[in-house]
Amino acid sequence: MISGSFEYHRPKSLDEAVGLLDQHGDDARVVAGGHSLIPMMKLRMAMLDHLIDLQAIDGLKGVREEGGNLLIGAMTTQSELIADPTLAAKCPIMAETALQIADPQVRYCGTIGGNVANGDPGNDMPALMQALDATYIAQGPNGTREIAARVFYEAVFFTALQDNEIITAVRIPTPPDGHGHAYEKQKRKIGDYATAAAAVLLTMSGGRCATAAIALTNVGDTPLYAEDAAAALIGTAVDAAAIDRAVALAEGIASPAADARGPVDFRTKLAGVMVRRAIARALERAA
Amino acid sequence: MNEATPSAEVRTQKLQGLGTARKRVEDVRFTQGKGNYVDDMKLPGMLFGEFVRSPYAHARVKSIDTSAALAVPGVKAVLTAEDLKPLNLHWMPTLAGDVQAVLADEKVLFQFQEVAFVVAEDRYIASDAAQLVEVEYEELPVLVDPFKAMDPDAVILREDIKDQEEVGGHGPRRHPNHVFTWDVGDKANVEAAFDAADVTVEEFISYQRVHPCPLETCGCVASMDAINGKLTVWGTFQAPHAVRTVASLISNIPEHKIRIVSPDIGGGFGNKVGVYPGYVCSIVASIVLGVPVKWIESRMENLSSTAFARDYHMTGELAATKDGRITGLRCHVIANQGAFDACADPTQYPAGFFNIVTGSYDIPVAYLSVDGVYTNKAPGGVAYRCSFRVTEASYLIERMIDVLARKLEIDPAELRIRNFIKKEQFPYQSALGWEYDSGDYHTAMDKALQTVDYPALRAEQAANREAFANGETRSLMGVGVAFFTEIVGAGPIKNCDILGLGMFDSCEIRIHPTGSAIARLGTISQGQGHATTFAQILATEIGLPADNITVEEGDTDTAPYGLGTYGSRSTPVAGAATAMAGRKIRAKAQMIAAYLLEVHDDDLEWDVDRFVVKGAPERAKTMAEIAFAAYNSVPPGMEPGLEAVSYYDPPNMTYPYGAYVCVADIDVDTGVTDIRRFYALDDCGTRINPMIIDGQVHGGLTEALGIALGQEIDYDEIGNIKGGSLLDYFLPTAVETPVWETDFTEVPSPHHPIGAKGVGESPNVGGVSAISNAVNDAFAHFGLTHTQMPHDHWRVWKTAERLGLTG
Repeated sequence: MISGSFEYHRPKSLDEAVGLLDQHGDDARVVAGGHSLIPMMKLRMAMLDHLIDLQAIDGLKGVREEGGNLLIGAMTTQSELIADPTLAAKCPIMAETALQIADPQVRYCGTIGGNVANGDPGNDMPALMQALDATYIAQGPNGTREIAARVFYEAVFFTALQDNEIITAVRIPTPPDGHGHAYEKQKRKIGDYATAAAAVLLTMSGGRCATAAIALTNVGDTPLYAEDAAAALIGTAVDAAAIDRAVALAEGIASPAADARGPVDFRTKLAGVMVRRAIARALERAA
Repeated sequence: MNEATPSAEVRTQKLQGLGTARKRVEDVRFTQGKGNYVDDMKLPGMLFGEFVRSPYAHARVKSIDTSAALAVPGVKAVLTAEDLKPLNLHWMPTLAGDVQAVLADEKVLFQFQEVAFVVAEDRYIASDAAQLVEVEYEELPVLVDPFKAMDPDAVILREDIKDQEEVGGHGPRRHPNHVFTWDVGDKANVEAAFDAADVTVEEFISYQRVHPCPLETCGCVASMDAINGKLTVWGTFQAPHAVRTVASLISNIPEHKIRIVSPDIGGGFGNKVGVYPGYVCSIVASIVLGVPVKWIESRMENLSSTAFARDYHMTGELAATKDGRITGLRCHVIANQGAFDACADPTQYPAGFFNIVTGSYDIPVAYLSVDGVYTNKAPGGVAYRCSFRVTEASYLIERMIDVLARKLEIDPAELRIRNFIKKEQFPYQSALGWEYDSGDYHTAMDKALQTVDYPALRAEQAANREAFANGETRSLMGVGVAFFTEIVGAGPIKNCDILGLGMFDSCEIRIHPTGSAIARLGTISQGQGHATTFAQILATEIGLPADNITVEEGDTDTAPYGLGTYGSRSTPVAGAATAMAGRKIRAKAQMIAAYLLEVHDDDLEWDVDRFVVKGAPERAKTMAEIAFAAYNSVPPGMEPGLEAVSYYDPPNMTYPYGAYVCVADIDVDTGVTDIRRFYALDDCGTRINPMIIDGQVHGGLTEALGIALGQEIDYDEIGNIKGGSLLDYFLPTAVETPVWETDFTEVPSPHHPIGAKGVGESPNVGGVSAISNAVNDAFAHFGLTHTQMPHDHWRVWKTAERLGLTG
């Protein structure tokens, strides 16, 4: 449980950090809160020569609303997300989800940028980002580019991010007033990754579902955007039949690994249960 | 008594003796993070050891190349079995009379077995260098299923002892992978009872392999002083004196040249009873290199290589009359011992005190046999917060009673009551050979059932079952009742020894002239609060305030010899020694007081903290006054000073018991078990410190919750340990832990000097059964008799699915 040796960098600017990444290639990794990467290094599952700490870079923290979008700095901690008044008013599912991550001590350190960038299917924020249709803003040696959360994740620990890029912010279209939302997560204990979890956002209009988005956590190699399941709700009164269809479609795309959390059939069914419960709670909350 | 003398009540209060909820004196340092644990030790020139461990569960070691590791700057040595051979330390004896490889000798027998020991200037260098030790392995077939261990074509694991007729003196072996057969009871009479029975039940009940997982892992600092030839080892030892003797026997260092010190220990629960390769390697490295060597396990090393618990696979049978009177018990156990039999059991008991399996019930005949087998799993087999194999035994009988209750359609609580050993039957001889010292089970059970309003719970459950049937709820309510009897306080030397060391314990007391004292014991606290409670026992015995009594343990150079702390033995054995030594002090004090007061000894009587002249209470000498007099005015012919030592060999074990009720709600769609209510009534005899008892019960129940609902050290078919980290191993936090409701009755042990029985482990024993019974009970009306632990989400869901309850 002791990391191999590495060189520690603490750049003062984003350009400097990107420069270091560009220089050292895949021998280097950036660290934000460190609560995923450092344990991997201690287990020697992540072996790297250069660790680039982003803590000293100004301007990567905070939440603001701008032009119908919520902009969240990548270094904003889970704890700050939970306490943020703008998110509480405009996008309360952020706090609901963040509160399901690890424990308070970890949430003081863990950041949204680290959570979404790491590519671990067990992380909770990626599925939520897909449900919210978030965009990640990444900076590399040639400037910035934007990547949609729904296309960002490729495989376990593989993402669309290049080795020399750093996610600097997350942009979320502000959900409409009166939207319903819920993040349902089942875990074995505090601090655990989900056995299965589901994020649901929906809006109702005239007793019918106008929009819906559903995404699943930790029941596949990547977070799973359940487009068809959400589509099954749109235009319906979100009645039992529609919910059954959505659940079945969500279960249909789940392909969890068998692990100590349970065998494949259980985790698949549980993904369905999480979707069912999240829809019910989102519906209750929808105006 | 003159007017200036406070009342007996006020003086008793001031002593903070027996029965007082005295605050723990240890907590001043522990709550401030100022404890002194092994890993806090820093000695000049100290080096660090790190193991190279086998990735394979069963393989031949073809070669070990240490050259690249030795070339790393800062690496001082790399030890292998070849280096230990000249010292004859490549194998070491286990507590069970088997041997265990210190470093793999020709083959490895479990994943993460110790293969080489790298010693370097710091941990980072040691870790880096350990990766550079090149070991060539030839993989061998792996055996993990204990039921296949004695197949004719099973791969032979222990080639080192394949021709040995018995292991640890436990009788003939039937197969090279067989360790022992232990059978107890009257087989023929049991068969007759089963033949004649109205009803019989049989159930296969597994108790999964778990790990005690103390917060502090195992470790030590070994320091050989080359000048005076004295070896000092600070380590996480639950039995420091036994470690000293074993260390002397295997190293040939004279015992007076070895000092073993247990500093503050961060929990043990049985994990720190045994002797581990890390200790031996650190000692050898310190002797060879002439400087102190520290070895500290990582969490994953602790979970995967130092002592596990349970792994008992039990077939239980009960015979009964149709009105629910149990007429016989039969049980067979396959005990998975792992690669080496390193069980911490008294020599005569290869399966511990599993023959307490008749539980709290008057069962006329019983027969038990246990077969221990070797597999490619880590060695151990310690008692995880229970007396030796008592939790397994208690779990079996408490589940079997429920199974029988379903078959007879008698309420499980009622069936227990019908079969309880009655108050007037104590001392009670059990069919499997124990003499239960005391108990009043009916009173305890009545109190428990009344407190939880048991009939109301069953009525609520009936309503819940109807609502479930009607589709109004997806939650099932379960009520688990358990009534356990522990057997603790090992123990009488006539029954109990470990490696030939009788399991007495000891206390040595010195009274200082100004009326304070130091007491040293052969035990060692790992969180039990001995410094608090033993001072309380003594305060009541000798009339000095507990605050004026220092309790010291764990240093073999100063403490009297004892067998250490495990199996709830500290209070029953060392606590008894403390009281007895205190009585010796008081006897001498009485003579001094008589001399000072110019009366005959018999004219004095004890009054809380002083001797008073009978009929003239104004004439008195307080213990503090007597203490001073002991150093300047003792009677002619008497030696000065006021000291005593007692080595206590208990006449019997003690038998704490309890009635536990667990109410659980199970979500059949998610498999989540929610413990709505947990009531624990414990009878541990005389209660020394009610607050510490509550704390012990809370901790033990939390561990029971962990075991029942999630803990498992599992292996795949090629012997890879699964989930050997706290990511998977279920250590409940405050969030997962329900409110624990505690209660008590108080039937003192008749043979213990103060009537105390021990309590630390009761809640683990009773808690697991109560929780498991609740989970099983939730599904009982669908015909379920038993479902295996751990009752984690997926297994509970699978149970519901098998019963056709999932959507």
